[in-house]
Formats: sequence, structure tokens, C-alpha cells
Amino acid sequence: MNTTNPVLELKNVNKSFGPIDVLHDISLKVHAGEVLCLLGDNGAGKSTLIKTLAGVHKPTSGQMLMDGEEVSFDCPKDAASRGISTVHQFGGTFPLMTIGRSFFVGVEPTKKFGPFTIFDRKTANETAVKAVKEFGITRIDDGDRLIGGLSGGERQSLAIARAVHFGARVLILDEPTAALGVKEATHVLRIVFEARKRGLAVIFITHQVMHAMTVGDHFAVLIRGALAADFRKGEKTREEITDLMAGGEAMADLEGEIESYMSAHEGHPPPPAH
Amino acid sequence: MKTQFLSKFVTRPEAGSVMSFVAVILFFVIFGGVQLSNFIGAASWVNLAANLGVVALPVGLLMISGELDISIGAMIPAGSMSVAILSGYYELPIIVGILGALALGVAVGLVNGLLTVRTSVPSLIVTLGTLVAMQGVILSASVLLTGNASVALSAPEWSKAIFGNLVGGSYQIIILWWIGLTAVYFFIVHYTRYGNWIFAMGGDRDSARNAGIPTDRLTIWLFVLSSTSASFVGMCGAILFNSAQVSGGMNYIFNAVVSVVVGGVLLTGGFGSIIGIFFGTLTFAVVTQGIYFTDIDRNWSSLIIGVMLLVAVVMNNSFRKMALTGSKPKKEKQKLNTTRAAA
Ligand SMILES: Nc1ncnc2c1ncn2[C@@H]1O[C@H](COP(=O)(O)OP(=O)(O)O)[C@@H](O)[C@H]1O
Ligand SMILES: [Mg+2]
Repeated sequence: MNTTNPVLELKNVNKSFGPIDVLHDISLKVHAGEVLCLLGDNGAGKSTLIKTLAGVHKPTSGQMLMDGEEVSFDCPKDAASRGISTVHQFGGTFPLMTIGRSFFVGVEPTKKFGPFTIFDRKTANETAVKAVKEFGITRIDDGDRLIGGLSGGERQSLAIARAVHFGARVLILDEPTAALGVKEATHVLRIVFEARKRGLAVIFITHQVMHAMTVGDHFAVLIRGALAADFRKGEKTREEITDLMAGGEAMADLEGEIESYMSAHEGHPPPPAH
Repeated sequence: MKTQFLSKFVTRPEAGSVMSFVAVILFFVIFGGVQLSNFIGAASWVNLAANLGVVALPVGLLMISGELDISIGAMIPAGSMSVAILSGYYELPIIVGILGALALGVAVGLVNGLLTVRTSVPSLIVTLGTLVAMQGVILSASVLLTGNASVALSAPEWSKAIFGNLVGGSYQIIILWWIGLTAVYFFIVHYTRYGNWIFAMGGDRDSARNAGIPTDRLTIWLFVLSSTSASFVGMCGAILFNSAQVSGGMNYIFNAVVSVVVGGVLLTGGFGSIIGIFFGTLTFAVVTQGIYFTDIDRNWSSLIIGVMLLVAVVMNNSFRKMALTGSKPKKEKQKLNTTRAAA
């Protein structure tokens, strides 16, 4: 078990939207230089959990701590300024902008041009291209290309490189490999490794058990908003994880257990099994 | 090297409008029997382009940022009536009339902008509301204050020299304003960080806001800009023609949107260019005014505009698709380029 202070820690976090309880009593630790794989069926609450971490939602109750100190985010910008960075499934959100321009949206490098302050396109392009190159993606060499013209894997890679460049400490990846082919996915996984090597804490959401097994150090399974399992690499076999993820027999059993537990405990889910 | 330049040009937002501009002129010369020298020197289409262009530029910027402003249709007569009522009917100094017209533009722009960012009502509906409301305000104010729907104005020479003069007998001074404003917009949009903000906002407003861009403030600014520009064009017209009417201006809505779309701005926002809008406006003016120089019946110009608009929308859309679906196989990309070039 990792003994260092976790970068990010959740303590008994609940989240409900009006009468709908989506997250129940989640306690989780995320360490630097580790990849946490967040697994679970559709609707389990994975997106809600990471949106809570990213400052989109506020927990209804419970605590969030960074480096052992309690934090509260009013908006995604707050979380971002603390170093929590989310990369969405399709990478860049500005497909019609150039690589250099989208890399620096909101923090554009400028230079003097006579009495004017202008956007420094050259620096922007060079920095962006260099940042992805450092992650081993050499096919991106022209910062003037449109984001939309890149492949899915390249976009993900660029988005991750961007987060790292701007000092992210916790990198949240929401199904980064779901829409990718095998080769593209491999690229992204390599970049996840690279980010981990640089000491980032990575939260990786995926449905593909192979991808989870490849990069994960630590696994958390959500079922109906509750943490149904929380284990480390090597503690479960691939089959067991597949069962958990794919809703096989083990999953059905677990859900049955939870249901009976919940009906017996006034709708409260069971504590996570370690 | 040459093909690389060509393929780079074709993927630029202004490519379509530059090509359609050239195509329309060629069409008129070849099939319309136009004498190019007569045509180039004619003031009518340049005047139309300039008046339209001053409004089309900020309307295009709004569209790039993902919004629409149709209240410009009322702001053009509002601008001309303001200056005419203040400085014509009430005989206040012309500067009061000019500032009054511009201030009204700022005020209506603020209303449009604030309503758009504070409510979730689409800006098309918000500005439809202010369009109709301002039409009512202008008509009632004019009738109440002057008892007339048309007001005379005799502006002093210096103000005519700046806002409403004919240079060389038939060229309106607003042409210089248009060219100057195009240069200013070009610089701001493509060379400063604010341009980047507008494109980011049109691409994805939430992400732009999360990246620290003051999206609400920027949106309000853009509405103020378009409303004030429309008021400015109306004001220049009143100073030039020595009178202002309550009616008119509605066709600017349609004409500006056509110019902007032909200029390669995506209806859904996030993509476009100042040069594109400039050439889109020129193309529109050439088609509607240039037709008088041809043997072609002028009623056909509407057909040409309609076809041009549809081709532009389809082209813009296929370009967007190409950009969104990522790296394309070579063949398909080539096909796309040739259809763009053919259009
Ligand atoms: N803003 C919201 N308001 C109400 N219910 C929501 C909201 N967001 C998510 N939910 C509900 O929370 C549950 C979990 O959703 P989500 O976190 O998207 O799951 P996942 O990402 O694991 O597929 C779903 O039942 C969904 O309907
Ligand atoms: Mg989800």
C-alpha cells in the first residue's frame, strides 16, 4: 500500500440531484505517480464522480482533500487552478481551431508589435508541438493544423500534453480509449504511462479491461453510485475484473447483494469491500 | 510546393468567398457582356458593399462567437432618425445628434447582450424582440416628437466630410470607413488574443469560460459593436442624404447574413475570417448591383444570391465535417477540395 500522502482524497462523499441520489458515501485516495482505474456500468455515476472532482458539481455532503487539506471548488476553474485537469473523450474541444491556438486558449502568449500587443503565433505553435513531441507523438509537427484534422489518439495525446504543460497534478481521463482503434489506444496508453512517470496522479475511466489491466495501479468499481470494490494491481484476476466490469455473473451477484443490503438498511449502500 | 500552397489556401475560411467573388465577376464578363473597366469603376456596388460591410463585419463576428443579431434591421433607421430628430428637427449641434445615434446603438446592444447572457433565450429570439420593439419606438418617437415619419437634416460641412460626402462625384465616404474598419477588425481578430477568445467561445462556450475567458463580457461587447455599427451606418446615410425615414433597414438583416455566410463563417460558430466576410460582402454587392451592367434581367440576381447562399452553406458544412472527422484518406480530401474549388 502506498504510504505517502494522497494528492486527492474523498471522504464519505455523497451527491444527489434533488431527490435522486447518485453517489453514496464514496471514500477514495488518489496518489501521485499512480493510475486509478474507475470502472463501472453505464449510469453507475463515474461521470458524476469525476465532475465532482473537477468542480462541475459540489458534493452534497462529505469532504474533499488535496495534500491532506480540505478543498471546495465553486467552479471548474477553481479545480483547474489547483491542478485538477479533465480530458474528455474527444480530446480538444475546439476542433476548428489550430493546434497552437487551441493549446493556449485563455493563456495566449503575446509579444510586442510596435505599440500593440499581439498573439505570438510562432511561440504558441512551437510550444504546442514541442509539448506533444516530448510525449513521443512525432506526427504532429505543424502548429497551424486544425485540431479536427488530427486522429482521435493524437487529439487525446495533445490534450494530455496540454494539461501536463500547464502544471496539472491530477489528470482525469473520461473514457479516452473508448472511440479509438487498437493502435491509437496504444498511443494514448503510452502517454498515460508517461504522465504517471512524471509523477501525476491519473484517474482513468474505461470499459476495456485490457486497457485497465495495462495501466492501472489501483482499481475502483462503482455500482449504482456506491464503491463496490477498491483493490490494487494483482489483487484480482483479469476474469474477476471482467466480471465486475462487464456485468457478468459476479456483477449480478454483487448487485443482488447490494439490493438486499439496501432494502435491509433503509436504502443505504454497503461500505466498500477491500 | 505550389500544391501545398493551394491545399493550404483551400482549407482557409476565406477561400470560398474569394473564389465566388472571382467566379461571379467572370460569369458577368463572359455571359453578361460586362465591360470590366466600366464595372470596376462603378460606384453603385462599392457604395452598397461599404454600407453593408460596416454592419456585416460585427454581425459576422457575432456569428463566429455563436450568436446572431437581427435587430440591426431596426438600428439602421434608428441611427438615421436619432441624428435627424436631434440635429435636424431640434436643431441641436450635429455632434449631439451623432453621439445620440451612437449612444442609442450602445444602449440597444447592451440590452441584447445582457438578455442573451442572463437568460437562456437564443439571441435570434432576443434580437427579434428588440428589432420589433425598436421599430415601434422609432415610429412612435418620430410621430410624437415631429409629427412626421420623415425628418430633414442639414448637416454642417465638416460632418459631411467625415460621415456623408461623395468623393469623386459618386463614391460615398463610408467606403473609407469600411476599409479602415476592416483593417482594424482584421488586426484584432487575427493578431490579438481577443480574436482567439471569440473563436474559442464559438467553438465551445463552456470550455472557453473554464479556460478563463470572460465569455459574458465579450458577448455583450460584440452585441454593442453590431448595434452601434448599424446605428452608425444609418447616421451616415442621414447626413449624406439630408433626411431620415422611419422605414428601411430590414433588408440589411438578410443581406448581412448572406454576406457573412458566403464569406465562409459557419452558422454554428467557431470558424470564419474577416477577409472572408469582406469578400462575401463584395460578392453580394457585385451580384445585386453588377447585374445592372449586364444584359441579364436583374430579377435573376435573386436566383444567383439564393444559389450562392446554398452552395456556401453546403461548402461550409462539408468543410466543418472534414475538419471534425479527422485525418481523411487522401482521395476524399482531394474530392472535397475540387468541389470547393468548383463552387
Ligand atoms: N445533473 C443531473 N441531474 C440528475 N441526475 C443526474 C445528473 N447527472 C447524472 N445524473 C444521473 O446520475 C446517474 C449516474 O450518471 P453518470 O455519472 O453519467 O454515470 P456514468 O458516467 O457512470 O455512466 C444516472 O442515473 C444519471 O441519470
Ligand atoms: Mg459517463
